[in-house]
Amino acid sequence: MWIRSTMAYRASFAMTTFANFAVTALDFVAILLMFSRIDVLGGWPLPEVAFLYGLSCMAFGLADLAIGSMERLGQRVRDGTLDTLLVRPAPVLAQVAADRFALRRLGRITQGGLVLGYALTTVDIAWTPLKVLLMPVIVVSGAGIFGAVFVAGAAFQFVAQDASEVQNAFTYGGTTMLQYPPTVFGKELVRGVTFLLPLAFVNWLPAAYVLDRPLPLDLPRWVAFASPLVAVGCCALAGLAWRAGLRTYRSTGS
Amino acid sequence: MGSGRLYAAVAAGGFRRYATYRAATAAGVFTNTVFGLILVYTYLALWDEKPHLGGYDQAQAVTYVWLGQALLSTLAIGGSGVEVELMERIRTGDVAIDLYRPADLQLWWLAADLGRALFQLLGRGVIPFLFGALVFDVALPGDAARWAAFVVAVLLGMAVSFGIRYLVALLTFWLMDGTGVTHMTMLAGFFCSGMVLPLNVFPGTLGDVVRDLPWSALLQKPADVLLGEADPWSTFAFQGAWAVALLAAGRLVQSVATRRVVVQGG
Repeated sequence: MWIRSTMAYRASFAMTTFANFAVTALDFVAILLMFSRIDVLGGWPLPEVAFLYGLSCMAFGLADLAIGSMERLGQRVRDGTLDTLLVRPAPVLAQVAADRFALRRLGRITQGGLVLGYALTTVDIAWTPLKVLLMPVIVVSGAGIFGAVFVAGAAFQFVAQDASEVQNAFTYGGTTMLQYPPTVFGKELVRGVTFLLPLAFVNWLPAAYVLDRPLPLDLPRWVAFASPLVAVGCCALAGLAWRAGLRTYRSTGS
Repeated sequence: MGSGRLYAAVAAGGFRRYATYRAATAAGVFTNTVFGLILVYTYLALWDEKPHLGGYDQAQAVTYVWLGQALLSTLAIGGSGVEVELMERIRTGDVAIDLYRPADLQLWWLAADLGRALFQLLGRGVIPFLFGALVFDVALPGDAARWAAFVVAVLLGMAVSFGIRYLVALLTFWLMDGTGVTHMTMLAGFFCSGMVLPLNVFPGTLGDVVRDLPWSALLQKPADVLLGEADPWSTFAFQGAWAVALLAAGRLVQSVATRRVVVQGG
């Protein structure tokens, strides 16, 4: 239904699709512009940065496609339309996720896939069966971790109501950060996104293993395989947060 | 000067309206600070590799990042100023009510947008900038004249920014749904204003072209005035020329568009 409604205005749909593709590509254009002036960034050449970028973008794109509408929860809490969802015989989480499903979100996945394709053809990887097997696992676990961040952010909005932008710092900010090599950032920041908010498991750690680079923070090599476990853990925690948030929900009005 | 008072009141209303959303403002400050941090580290890595890239030293590059975060919502570089509301009023037909008010449509929205911009500068811009200046090594001028010139450049940037977004909003008269153009404005705003990367780092002809487009009046030119990399007077002339051209174009399109308005109902 949401797909058909966006098609009603054709010119607008075409522009939105193009712009969405281009806006997400803008980060990569910035990286390309940087590499027009330099050969390595934080010690990483362009194909390897593209590898990080592609993985981060695909994982985020999948999570955004599935439950990106969570951002709008704050608005629903404010105007009271969440009540409508509560009385329907379907899980609230699923309903919020399906709300305003937008086909244009495919733009990010497509673009991430293209960059990842470019990276795979140019980067020099000593492939082993284990590494090949790891690739889809990285993308799926990454999507799980970002999905957990989306849900946790939505749970936070039950309390904060119109502070949905805080969520952007972790979702959009997180994916932007992961597009650059970990060596670029301060140790404290890397520690933060490894142990506190485990975004490093989306691509930094497993990608370092695939590229035969030392893992950030001198972590042992087996940590690169922990991504699925971390993703499951994050989703469980986010689920608990969501239920706690939903329980505190009181409709608008005095 | 009765009409002067009217527009001052509209501007004050715009200021107050945005000041109401305190949690949203705090959230915006937080987000701007996080993005600033991420950008600062990538810029430092870039300038480590190539010192004096684009004529900036490291401290200037870091200052540029925090200026960008401070001016992002002030100058509505990616859109989301009052034009969102104007587009909605055009789509629903409420604009007909605005047209029979004894006020000029363009000046009304300009005043409202200036009020919004001033609030965003104070409410959202100052804190990330102070955070950046305290935590990192920045290059800020000591003399008051350069700060004054920077303020003038930011004010002129507000006029250029409104000029662009007003034209975009008027397109709704023809397109009805503004989502597409809103996205295009965001794209152009981020890329051509220097939000993605300072425009003086852009290579070759691409760099020459983007530096002459109106968007460079939003971030690149005011930043260069503050960093002492550009002559204030020629910057003012550049920004002023674009502001006048865009506002005049807006007026022209407005007169064509409002002739199309048909008021329905009885």
